[in-house]
Amino acid sequence: MSEPVVETPAESSPNPLKLSLSTALIMSIFTLAFTALMAGTYLSTKDTIAKSSEAQKLVLINAVLPPSAYDNQLLKDELVLGPTPELGLDAGGHIWRARKGGQPVALVMEAIAPNGYAGKIWLVISVMADGSVGGVRVTEHHETPGLGDYIDPAKDKNKTNPWINQFTGKSPATLPLERWKVKKDEGDFAYRTGATISARAVTDAVARAVRYATEHRETLYQQGEKP
Amino acid sequence: MSQKLSEVAWNGIWKQNTGLVQMLGMCPILAVSTSIVNGVSLGLATVVVMALSNGVVSALRQFIPYEIRIPVFILIIAALVTILDLAMNAWMHEIYLVLGIYIPLIVTNCIVLARVEAFAAKNGVVASTLDGAAMGFGLTLVLAVLGGVREFVGNGALLNGIDSVISGASPIQILPADYPGFLIAILPPGAFITLACLIATKNWQQARKAKAVPTPTQGGELASATH
Repeated sequence: MSEPVVETPAESSPNPLKLSLSTALIMSIFTLAFTALMAGTYLSTKDTIAKSSEAQKLVLINAVLPPSAYDNQLLKDELVLGPTPELGLDAGGHIWRARKGGQPVALVMEAIAPNGYAGKIWLVISVMADGSVGGVRVTEHHETPGLGDYIDPAKDKNKTNPWINQFTGKSPATLPLERWKVKKDEGDFAYRTGATISARAVTDAVARAVRYATEHRETLYQQGEKP
Repeated sequence: MSQKLSEVAWNGIWKQNTGLVQMLGMCPILAVSTSIVNGVSLGLATVVVMALSNGVVSALRQFIPYEIRIPVFILIIAALVTILDLAMNAWMHEIYLVLGIYIPLIVTNCIVLARVEAFAAKNGVVASTLDGAAMGFGLTLVLAVLGGVREFVGNGALLNGIDSVISGASPIQILPADYPGFLIAILPPGAFITLACLIATKNWQQARKAKAVPTPTQGGELASATH
């Protein structure tokens, strides 16, 4: 608490105002320069990224509907949905409409199973014009690795006949919708012991999507139709 | 100089190994070491980010005032990761689909900031870039071993998920296909247990080496280390 101690820092340290101004200036220059770099990269990659993500989407759609089945620009024939609780789409989603020679072929729908073991399971489901399921794929999930993740055919140990393929070809015309449940819930669909919840969530979501497609078939194909 | 560079490399890969000695960046290490493929993928992405950020910080180090070095470092690391993320998404889309989810995770890896602060801020561009790359490779090594042990114990197979990196390749099933699996190895606790075993092995190996040449100083070091 002696006087010299108070004097020393005042003498040796540079003008605090000048120091703050110069560091603030340098910080701003760095921020500007690196933000510009990021913005530049974003602008120069934007189109390429959009193209590859579209191609990626198409790969996914091809897994539930063969490209030879339709002849329209599938990704352009898009129906943007608002929040649709029937499909579990709380934040909206998409339906793509496949047509051949102008005739409806299939609806490719996004859907979410809200009740997986570890939260939501994102799905793509194609429903053919006759109401049968063309195919189902899981696009994103957080189910337990090695236990519930067999819902994704890439993780399914049964490569020749993955679990998810049992929906393909099923139709509400031959199998009443009340039976679109896992066997444990008195339905018709298999599940693997120890991981009922993942299978039940997917099965119920598929059933809801098929019901939605059946009930709204006409409007879904006609809405905002392009010439 | 070349002697020093080789020392830098050896330090990064083994002597000061990020995962086993410095124990930095535990969050991504534990989270993504569920298989060799996941671990090596994150490891290689980290190599690129660490080499780049160390190099850039070292090149700019005389322009960065001491008082604001941490925010500037974080700015540089975040910008580099963002640019890498966008560039890979645009021009290396196939690899991006595999590594994509890990790249933003790298920002959360404190080892990147730690090496920038401890090494790149005080050393030349070449040595700093090498240090970043070597530290990254050391991390990759640990991630590969950790992932291998976890998937072997958990599934009885190695290289799960290799087909998403090299199409057509398939995992190597080592234990019989009816191996029931040991789920805890794949779940988070398995990461802690396996990492603990790896660290114990490295400490044991070091202690043995120190004992093999019993000089008074090393004996003293060992005694103090066991406390």
